[in-house]
Amino acid sequence: MHIHAYEKLWLAFAVILILLLIGSVTYGAVGPGVAMVADSEDQIDPGALDEDERFAEPRVEQVGDNHYAAYVIAYQFAFEPSPIVVPENSRVTLYVTSRDVIHGFEVAGTNANTMVVPGEVSEITVEVGEPQEYGLLCNEYCGAGHHGMEGKVHVVSEEEYANLNEGGETA
Amino acid sequence: MSAELETEPTFFDTFPEEAKVIRAAFLGSFFALGLGAVFGIIQTLHRTDIFRGLIESTDYYTVLTAHGVFMVISFTIFFLVGLFTWALVRSLDRPLVNIRITWTWYGLMVTGITMTGVSILAGFTDAVEMSADVLFTFYAPLQAHPLFYAGLAVFIVGTWLAGADWFRTWLAWKRDNPDERIPLQTFMVLTTMIMWYIASSAVAASVLLFLLPWSLGLIESVNPTLTRTLFWFFGHPVVYFWLMPAYLLWYTVLPSIAGGRLFSDPLARVVFVLFVLLSTPVGIHHQYLDPGIAEGFKFISMTNTMFLLLPSLLTAFTVVASVEYGARKRGGTGLFGWLRTLPWRNPAFTGMMLAGLMFAAGGFSGMVNAGMNINYMIHNTIWVPGHFHLTVGTAVALTFMAATYWIWPQITNKPIYSLQIGLFQVVLWFIGMALMSNAMHAQGMLGVPRRTAEPEYSGFEYPTAFGGFEELNIQIAIGGTLLFISTVFFLGNVVLTMGNPRVSGLAESIPPALSGPTDAPRVLDDLRVWVGIALVLVVLAYALPLAAIINDGGLLGPGVGTYPVWVDAAARALGQVAATAVSPVVDTLAFASSRVGDAAAAVSVEVFA
Repeated sequence: MHIHAYEKLWLAFAVILILLLIGSVTYGAVGPGVAMVADSEDQIDPGALDEDERFAEPRVEQVGDNHYAAYVIAYQFAFEPSPIVVPENSRVTLYVTSRDVIHGFEVAGTNANTMVVPGEVSEITVEVGEPQEYGLLCNEYCGAGHHGMEGKVHVVSEEEYANLNEGGETA
Repeated sequence: MSAELETEPTFFDTFPEEAKVIRAAFLGSFFALGLGAVFGIIQTLHRTDIFRGLIESTDYYTVLTAHGVFMVISFTIFFLVGLFTWALVRSLDRPLVNIRITWTWYGLMVTGITMTGVSILAGFTDAVEMSADVLFTFYAPLQAHPLFYAGLAVFIVGTWLAGADWFRTWLAWKRDNPDERIPLQTFMVLTTMIMWYIASSAVAASVLLFLLPWSLGLIESVNPTLTRTLFWFFGHPVVYFWLMPAYLLWYTVLPSIAGGRLFSDPLARVVFVLFVLLSTPVGIHHQYLDPGIAEGFKFISMTNTMFLLLPSLLTAFTVVASVEYGARKRGGTGLFGWLRTLPWRNPAFTGMMLAGLMFAAGGFSGMVNAGMNINYMIHNTIWVPGHFHLTVGTAVALTFMAATYWIWPQITNKPIYSLQIGLFQVVLWFIGMALMSNAMHAQGMLGVPRRTAEPEYSGFEYPTAFGGFEELNIQIAIGGTLLFISTVFFLGNVVLTMGNPRVSGLAESIPPALSGPTDAPRVLDDLRVWVGIALVLVVLAYALPLAAIINDGGLLGPGVGTYPVWVDAAARALGQVAATAVSPVVDTLAFASSRVGDAAAAVSVEVFA
């Protein structure tokens, strides 16, 4: 089959571009360590979240050295807890599940973003920086009141976080 | 024009029965385009808060479902079946085997989309207990009325029969011409249909085995991850089902309008074979952010997706080279000077060229979507509709409109009412889409979500960049309005054309490729080989993920409930939105003592619900 010289050049350029793109994604995964939401968590009964140890009481708790876990429920049409309060400059692993339909969990303007599927638990880990208030929104259509589904993520100073937790064992 | 040319028969003269079906298919397509455009303009103005007086925000999702389904199911696929019938009959130069079968599939498609359309539009009235506000993707456990799913199934069966009709006609041709290469246009039709059979089998299974029985109450629940995965098994290749008719036009019609010839017939075949092989085992790239699917499967899908760039990049080369050849034959010279000699006053030419240009831009934003980890930034933001309004919304839609100016006279013997209006209309589409899509991409970077009636929130503001959220809203609204006006001009032009008297001398010919089919290896025409490899690739990409999903959640899911959208959903939603409206107050409390705050939020939701 006859292939014109320019065609061959273009073909080579196209293949190199594709390999570069795959390479950049691979680098993102192994270099900076951007992990994908995956099937790391077991299935959960969406009708019995109040009997689940993690989701009966949606909350943030410390799980390690400067490492916090947030257990979040999405439902028509809100998030719980809201706000999600975490201390500055820490690592936060979010466990998000849905009580009813498919939702989205997006911290506006950041790459903290995941689908929330009933029966599944989405696990993502993020690094938070200086104290700041972020908007939290549902980015998957979930019913007629979808546009009202929002929440907050508050990154607070360590002192403030400590004060908040004085009154109770969880935040 | 010479007397000899004037008497050359058109498609209408040679195949009057087929021309009738093609016309009916195009008219069905344009009717859907009109409906889709009306919902489009309502949606644009509502979402951007320019005008929210026409519909309630809770009805926005009915509008959105209608816009999506009418545009990407009816408008695109009806145009496809018309165009494919034309291309196959023209390139084989023989009529379809049995025109009654042809009308049967046309009838099935019309019946199916009418059922689905009625179930969607019923969402606007409370007089009937019916609605299907589940959007084009119909993710369970949101549940539409059974008529919605049943209509989709009937429609898909109609397209399957259409494919069978074309395959039978080709086989009949093959018996008469055993040693000939498959004509290029027929090759494109057949390969596209192979892809369609493989792809649509999954959504048909999802609808017939799970969603329809579930909506009828025959089964209790479904596995949302499974039905979602089956949807995307179909949902990615369907975009190539929209795109392949545009490719057929770019490869075979555009060069001849430019006064040239297709650069390479073998390479065109290679491109279509690559689409058969690669367009299905990539659907998981729509589910990068899904829990319940392992990272490895996502990576495989991502790699396949990137290789799917190859046929489109090859197309860019071939199309530009073919057009340049035409321009140089018309006397064009210089590195870029040849561009001046092209027939820019012809709306068919200009429309397709602008569509191709937009497709290149859409390709770049598509590379971002495909990049597994940068996708986190833009997943489910308005960036994504920004992207596909460049691809299906321009590369496909604008090519179809432009091609209409070229093909309609040949299937009706009626000259276009006004080519000037046509030229104005295609350029207006380009400008409107450039504004709208660019602003949508920019808003997506700010985190503005897609698929929402009111993208502004009470509790926070978006970061300020690219001129800011409000300014970008205005650009979206202006762009959307220009697109609506362009559609009105297009439809008006078609209607006025239908009023023209029939004349002779409207035939157009398609010259053979510079490098003809005999240059292509024979194996390219052995369709069984490509079906086999495509199936193996699909099994490799999907067997394990599907097994894992079924193993984890079961065929019917881990006890997920049912959320029909037509039972009192609006009333309940309004109550809950009111509850979240008071949430800033609740938030303040919560901030002081989050446990007390949570309790208060829970109470207030109960009070308002």
